[in-house]
Amino acid sequence: MTSAAVPQGRRPKSFDQGRLIVYGVLLLASLFFLIPLWVMLMTAFKSMAEIREGQILYWPQHFTVDAWFKAWSSACTGLTCDGVRVGFWNSVRILIPSVILSIALGGLTGYAMTFYRVPGANFLFAILLIGAFIPYQVFIYPMVRVFSMIGIYDSLTGIVVVHIIFGLSLMTLLFRNYFSALPIELFNAARVDGAGFFTILRHVILPMSAPIIIVATILQVTGIWNDFILGLTFAGRANRPMTVLLNNIVNSTQGEAAYDVDMAATILTALLPLAVYFASGRWFVRGVAAGAVKG
Amino acid sequence: MEKTRRATGSRLRSLWRRQAPAAIALIPAAIIVLAIYLGAMLWTVRLSFSSSKMLPVFDFVGLQQYERLFATERFVLSTWHIALFGVLFIAGCLVIGFLLAVFIDQNVRFEDAFRTIFLYPYAMSFIVTGLAWQWFLNPTLGLQKAVRDLGFESFTFDWLVRPNLVMFTLVIAAIWQASGLVMAILLAGLRGIDAELWKATKIEGIPTWRVYVSIVLPMLTPMLVTASVLLATAVAKLYDLVVAMTKGGPGISSEVPAKFIMDNFFERANVGLGSAAATMLLVTVAALVGPWIYAEHLRPRKGRA
Repeated sequence: MTSAAVPQGRRPKSFDQGRLIVYGVLLLASLFFLIPLWVMLMTAFKSMAEIREGQILYWPQHFTVDAWFKAWSSACTGLTCDGVRVGFWNSVRILIPSVILSIALGGLTGYAMTFYRVPGANFLFAILLIGAFIPYQVFIYPMVRVFSMIGIYDSLTGIVVVHIIFGLSLMTLLFRNYFSALPIELFNAARVDGAGFFTILRHVILPMSAPIIIVATILQVTGIWNDFILGLTFAGRANRPMTVLLNNIVNSTQGEAAYDVDMAATILTALLPLAVYFASGRWFVRGVAAGAVKG
Repeated sequence: MEKTRRATGSRLRSLWRRQAPAAIALIPAAIIVLAIYLGAMLWTVRLSFSSSKMLPVFDFVGLQQYERLFATERFVLSTWHIALFGVLFIAGCLVIGFLLAVFIDQNVRFEDAFRTIFLYPYAMSFIVTGLAWQWFLNPTLGLQKAVRDLGFESFTFDWLVRPNLVMFTLVIAAIWQASGLVMAILLAGLRGIDAELWKATKIEGIPTWRVYVSIVLPMLTPMLVTASVLLATAVAKLYDLVVAMTKGGPGISSEVPAKFIMDNFFERANVGLGSAAATMLLVTVAALVGPWIYAEHLRPRKGRA
């Protein structure tokens, strides 16, 4: 670890052309990544009169927070004007059960697949893994039919079940990889002592699983919050998540678009995943890498 | 162990007692895999051979839907769009992600700040990304006007409303969102490279850029492959970004297969046609990603049961 952190370029002199290029490139790149966010923020703090003059890059001449209140509580989609607030609470109601249940099921499945030899488990794992790469469009239509047959289409239950179903691949992969790296001796010792399936899970495996549960939570919270297509298809009008509502507000405007309100609503929708990202720091990186890099 | 000498019957029974809870625990996963991952998928494939319009019917019309599909301009264009998008997006993300990782790896100050800035778009949804860029690239009030007002009167950047250029705006927005991911994956790879390599190449007097291109880049191949697979998956799933940013327009000049499928399922009452398109998408993804999944995760490895 320590040897890897050793500087790898040339040792910097007091003034060095190479250094200047390095920092120049990094600053230019930062500009590219930050400008859209900057423009969104500036637009959200301007009045429409000022926005019509152009100058999207500049600081507001008349700083106003009206757009934020409008976006939150009175922006319109079609005839209803309740803002993104409704979508926010819908997303929260979808998020909490979906995150908890998908992690619980993924953890349980990963545990059973790692430490036990159930016939067919490898086949299950293979299909789960392949499923993670297949676009939802391949499954979505039959699922809609089945869900409406059993009466959970267009409902909170329906969308939560869908998130559990499509979260299972990544969650199982994550936990299986993590558990495979744990020392098997601990598990064997507990089993020799006569501990059963759930006892070992609760008293041996779970206490060692905090890191992977944190990673899984970060992945699922951002993933489910950012979902659009599943919420659009399965949640129904009454449970539309924030992303769906946001898109409706911005893209179904009649007449002149209220760009200030649109941008405020957009930032509000991005706030939760951004907060998770900034709060979790390197855990987030671990999470996005864990989904891809084998454990 | 002395247990192995027990009678077969009781061994089987104890084996069952040990594995039974695990087997029961796998039931939900088994149901999901069989009913959805396999069941729903096969159902979609089956529907692609039927004449289903608004509701599914289970007749058999052979390849009729596929013939219709490839005679549909909207779909044929979609496939060209997604091919163009896929190549530019993956190449762009890999190149930019690699360069960012290399520059960050030069022992710079504020490394954490730069890394945070490059990766934050990845935390946001494609809907947010699309709406942000839709506004930023708005020809009347966005970037074009801002640059013109700075004195560059003839500056033109109206790709968002130009049918032959609109796909490039989606590429830019998607690269903005995802290249930080490549940076993060490759940076982890760079940090894993032995410091001895740098000492050795310094003694040999090999220029740094040459070391990166000829020695480091090949060493990063596994990470590059992983990143490419992740990006390719995002390409096949490309839907949200298009819906938010261009709605497939102007006209049909930024339509993509995933959106074509959704439209035919839920708006155009063309379930058979949508299923045929979904099946084509499935086949393409399987052909592209299948070999990697096998090599990475499913191939039996040494030292593992």
